[in-house]
Amino acid sequence: MAKESTEQTEALKPLWSGVVTFGLVSVPVSLFPANRGSTLRLRMVDAQGNFLQRRYFGTDEGGAEAGDPLDAEDLVRGYEFEKDRFITVEDDELDALDPEKSREIDLAQFVDLHALSPLHFERAYFLVPDGSTTKAYRLLAEILAQEERAGIATFVMRGKQYLCAILAEGGILRAETLRFAEEVRSPETIGLPPRVSANSAEMKKFAKAIKALKANTLDRAALEDQHTASIVKLAEKKLRSGTDVIPAGPETEEVDESTTNVVDLMEVLKERLQGKQRARAAPADSARKRKRVNGGELKSKSKTELYELAQSMDIRGRSSMSKAELKNAVARH
Amino acid sequence: MAARAMWKAVIHCGSSEVPVKLYSAIEDRNIRFRILNRADSRPVRQAMVNPETDEIVPHDETRRAYVAENGDRTILNSDELDALEPEPSREIEILAFLPVSQIDHRWYDRPYYLGPDGNSAAYFAFAEAMENSELEGLARWVMRGKSYIGALRLHQGYPVLMSLRHADEVVSAENLEAPGGSALNPKELEMARQLIGMLAADLDLSDFHDAYRDRVVKLIESKAKGGPRLKLVKPSKKKPSEDLTRALQESLQSVRKSA
Repeated sequence: MAKESTEQTEALKPLWSGVVTFGLVSVPVSLFPANRGSTLRLRMVDAQGNFLQRRYFGTDEGGAEAGDPLDAEDLVRGYEFEKDRFITVEDDELDALDPEKSREIDLAQFVDLHALSPLHFERAYFLVPDGSTTKAYRLLAEILAQEERAGIATFVMRGKQYLCAILAEGGILRAETLRFAEEVRSPETIGLPPRVSANSAEMKKFAKAIKALKANTLDRAALEDQHTASIVKLAEKKLRSGTDVIPAGPETEEVDESTTNVVDLMEVLKERLQGKQRARAAPADSARKRKRVNGGELKSKSKTELYELAQSMDIRGRSSMSKAELKNAVARH
Repeated sequence: MAARAMWKAVIHCGSSEVPVKLYSAIEDRNIRFRILNRADSRPVRQAMVNPETDEIVPHDETRRAYVAENGDRTILNSDELDALEPEPSREIEILAFLPVSQIDHRWYDRPYYLGPDGNSAAYFAFAEAMENSELEGLARWVMRGKSYIGALRLHQGYPVLMSLRHADEVVSAENLEAPGGSALNPKELEMARQLIGMLAADLDLSDFHDAYRDRVVKLIESKAKGGPRLKLVKPSKKKPSEDLTRALQESLQSVRKSA
């Protein structure tokens, strides 16, 4: 649940795994995001330029941070049912509320692809095939494309039910989560005035203005993020002129991890679409071991913990290493 | 009850202006959870920490840095970043009117209704002109310190502004290769076509309700009253269909039977 320390690995792990079913056919899939935040991520640093991490802390009586930073397993979801009174809810309790929908996207109906209202689209996910064969996956993608239909279903992901449309594009299945009818307001509930017919002279004036602005194709440049581009431009200029620059240090490796997660998502999607699964090929035991020492986890370890890890790995010279050196040595081991 | 406007603006369409109020078209029904410390069930606080020392760095001592590919970084001061923030404005500028197929749903982010602000004559004249044109607008505006690009279209006869995602926020399927393998069996394809035809329906989103949300509310209520702990049912994993032809045949039979 700690957002920043897991951020790097989050994009690489599926958000949901289960089966898509239609009739009695079941297609094992995993969901990966098709939308992401801006590719520019400014890093939080201190005044000297050292990288900082966002961590969670417990609080003392006065509400100030107290104690050591908390790890993901120290955190739990809570609902404030009365002022300052919380009910904790565990992930497995949420899954158990509808175990079937937590594992299954059952396409109960197939609708005209073009009938989906734009107001309902929320977010997009890619579906990649799991399991030993892609035949059922390809069959569903092919038939949805041919018939220009989308399968509609509800499913539960991370403690929330989603309405979704499963559709195919270029042989790849996508899930578009849709807003429930009760989540989209109507003009009446907003309180917009009833439509009246317009004064025709005024209408013609607008018709002329619309015609003057008519274009046939969307200029993709309009979708570029100008604000982000201006920040990158400023930063590159400062780097060139050497203003406020901190040269790459020993922790550069960490930086690489976090700035390349966009590329990594593409890599993971490419591999998984071709049925390759790096993580699953390894025996469970060594996979667990590797997980223990990946960069994201290491970041949150104290020097003592890192030293103990180095000890267990029998890394030489560990007693004279700084925290950063220990981290690098453990990560490379 | 009528919704409250979240912003006031003026649409600039050529030399004509339409004063409007903007309303969220979305009703947020998410159940808000807080993150608690498991040890004492109290909300946690977030803070920035120097990972070398595990020490908290107070907010006013933090800076933002841009990191170049080679790992060099430069600190961007808050006055430098502020200078790049978009200028506040009340203008919704229309860049172009496009055929409706041009802005596809992958770019859609959030919808907002536009209602008249004062002069409803211009508002309804504009809506009618848009309806007759069968086009949608590409618009640009700055709201609450953030610049947006959006699609301006009609929904049930009323103008709706749909904010769009930026180009780098959408992972394009065009750069991905679809799963490959041996050619699909034409018989299986035909059965799948029949099956999907039998399950075809006209879309009516009001058929679907978030029943799960109600269960979460019930769970919270029951726990608040100190009710018995929920029996945990582990979700079982469904086996993938090994024999696709048989699964399709049986599906067709069962759908026919229930029809």
